[in-house]
Amino acid sequence: MNVMKSNLFKRQDLINYGLLALLLLVVLPLTLDIFRLNLVGKYLSYAFAAIGLVLCWGYGGILSLGQGIFFGIGGYAMAMFLKLEASSPEATAIQSTPGIPDFMDWNQLTALPWFWEPFNSLGFTVLAILFVAPLFAFVVATAMFKRRVGGVYFAIITQAIAAILTILIIGQQGYTGGVNGITDLRTLMGWDIRSDSAKYVLYFFGVAMLFLCLLMAHLVLKSKLGRLLVAIRDREDRVRFSGYDVSNFKIFVFCFAAMLSAIGGAMFTLQVGFMSPTLVGIVPSIEMVIFCALGGRLSIIGAVYGALLVNAAKTTMSEAFPELWLFAMGALFIGVVLAFPNGLAGLYTLLVDKFKQRRAHSSAPANRTSAPAAEKEQVDSSSGVTAPSQS
Amino acid sequence: MSLSHNNPQDFVLAVEGLTVSFDGFKAVNDLSFYVDEGEIRVIIGPNGAGKTTVLDLICGRTKATEGSIKFRNQELTKMKEHQIVHAGVGRKFQNPSIYEDLTVFENLELSFPRGHSVFGALTFRRNAEVIDKVTEIAEMIFLSDLLHQRADLLSHGQKQWLEIGMLLIQDPALLMLDEPVAGMSVAERKKTAELLNRITQDRSVLVIEHDMQFVEDIAHRVTVLHQGQLLSEGSLERVKSDPKVVEVYLGH
Repeated sequence: MNVMKSNLFKRQDLINYGLLALLLLVVLPLTLDIFRLNLVGKYLSYAFAAIGLVLCWGYGGILSLGQGIFFGIGGYAMAMFLKLEASSPEATAIQSTPGIPDFMDWNQLTALPWFWEPFNSLGFTVLAILFVAPLFAFVVATAMFKRRVGGVYFAIITQAIAAILTILIIGQQGYTGGVNGITDLRTLMGWDIRSDSAKYVLYFFGVAMLFLCLLMAHLVLKSKLGRLLVAIRDREDRVRFSGYDVSNFKIFVFCFAAMLSAIGGAMFTLQVGFMSPTLVGIVPSIEMVIFCALGGRLSIIGAVYGALLVNAAKTTMSEAFPELWLFAMGALFIGVVLAFPNGLAGLYTLLVDKFKQRRAHSSAPANRTSAPAAEKEQVDSSSGVTAPSQS
Repeated sequence: MSLSHNNPQDFVLAVEGLTVSFDGFKAVNDLSFYVDEGEIRVIIGPNGAGKTTVLDLICGRTKATEGSIKFRNQELTKMKEHQIVHAGVGRKFQNPSIYEDLTVFENLELSFPRGHSVFGALTFRRNAEVIDKVTEIAEMIFLSDLLHQRADLLSHGQKQWLEIGMLLIQDPALLMLDEPVAGMSVAERKKTAELLNRITQDRSVLVIEHDMQFVEDIAHRVTVLHQGQLLSEGSLERVKSDPKVVEVYLGH
């Protein structure tokens, strides 16, 4: 059991997860007021999508410029449930048709559309959050990867779908709330999600979900499938001749990334209190890629820091110089890709390596035998690939 | 030729009327040849003769325009690459194609014939069986000391061996090698010939090679291709003395 465990979680991994947990569960809640902490919760909801991109793009080499699609599916599913709860006949008595969401009433709808009906149930909503996005991803990925369409073409198609979905949501105002999105969400099973105490609870729930998703992503990457993704990224053709049906693995990782993104979307709706098409389209989808690239596309923890830092910078900058922000982000992206292709995580690993090397040198000769081993372990973890256990 | 050779079931590989056309250019044109169980067959021919294309067709990388490829009586032209691998055909490419971001161990492990579905890969356990097999193969391909080395740090010759090892661990009934000693030093070449002699004991092998010394060392029979067609076939002695072969290939 011990051997198994040390294989799945190396000491450095545990330290890194511990540091993240310390930051998110202790440092930030103690130092930030609830308004800022709620913002952090919002940033973290993007981190789910960024983690998915690490698997999909960093490891599998599948660049998706459409993670906003899945973020939106999760977010809208959550928003539909909350909106229905906020639209009880009593609360909407002044409408010409009480009991349906306000925007429907404004658009002369007189009954709840059929696809809204199931969102009266929380159980269905949770299932929808978890499975609609992967299902949609499955259809898209199967159509593309089984025909061996990939690379730039795949990126363009995902981007096109993000654009189409945005246009669809905006165009179907009566069914979707249009460009304003679904707003004025109040309670979850009678519990006021706008209160400060609820915001604390939702923040910690969000962090818990984040760690659950990190754990799942970690296990996938440490399995043989993780190594296979690297092989597919580098030599897709060769992998077929090792006896694998490559498309299945690409479909799997794309669906998995979609599910993570959808969970993030639902967490966004819960914490921010609305969902709108501006979170579905091309711009947010590309921003998610930037979070992932900046944090380090081979590190799931890096993706979390990437989402936090870029969004914190975005908030700070756009409060001060709103029109400069987009240029700053573009420059940041180009700068990161040129200067350190493995992002902040790559930089961090480099520093940890140096530190360990120095320590190994200073505590020679007692530790001499263990030094090369530690070094080798670092080479492996910087490439994101596990060293085989010799047990 | 004995009578039984008329029955395709006796061959490990039966290629019949194989044609592939790229925009009207016939890279392989109505080619037929048969490989016996346990035979080492070498394909030679001038550049552009279609040698590599023949291997591409057999392993499913290129789809045939016409004709049939039967491996132990299974039609390969309709199958996908990974199905052909599972049927028992392994292929080594001309340029070493290995997974450079993975270690030698991981390269071999990925080729281990278990856990090839998505679920299988997620639940794959690196148990004693896997470790033993990988260690055994690593020993054969002279890479025991480099198991945890990243593959991109290997020398050219070592990469070639690693790819041969990745094939061996699949344990194919038909092994296809595309110029296995190209770009190797003399010492490496000798070691490779030794390795090939050992691994070809209980399987059929199809090799493309230019190095005539090497061909002489390993070939049971030789097939000469020219412009996508069969020019000559038989023992190396016979092929060497065929005036057609001398003219287009050996003469230069």
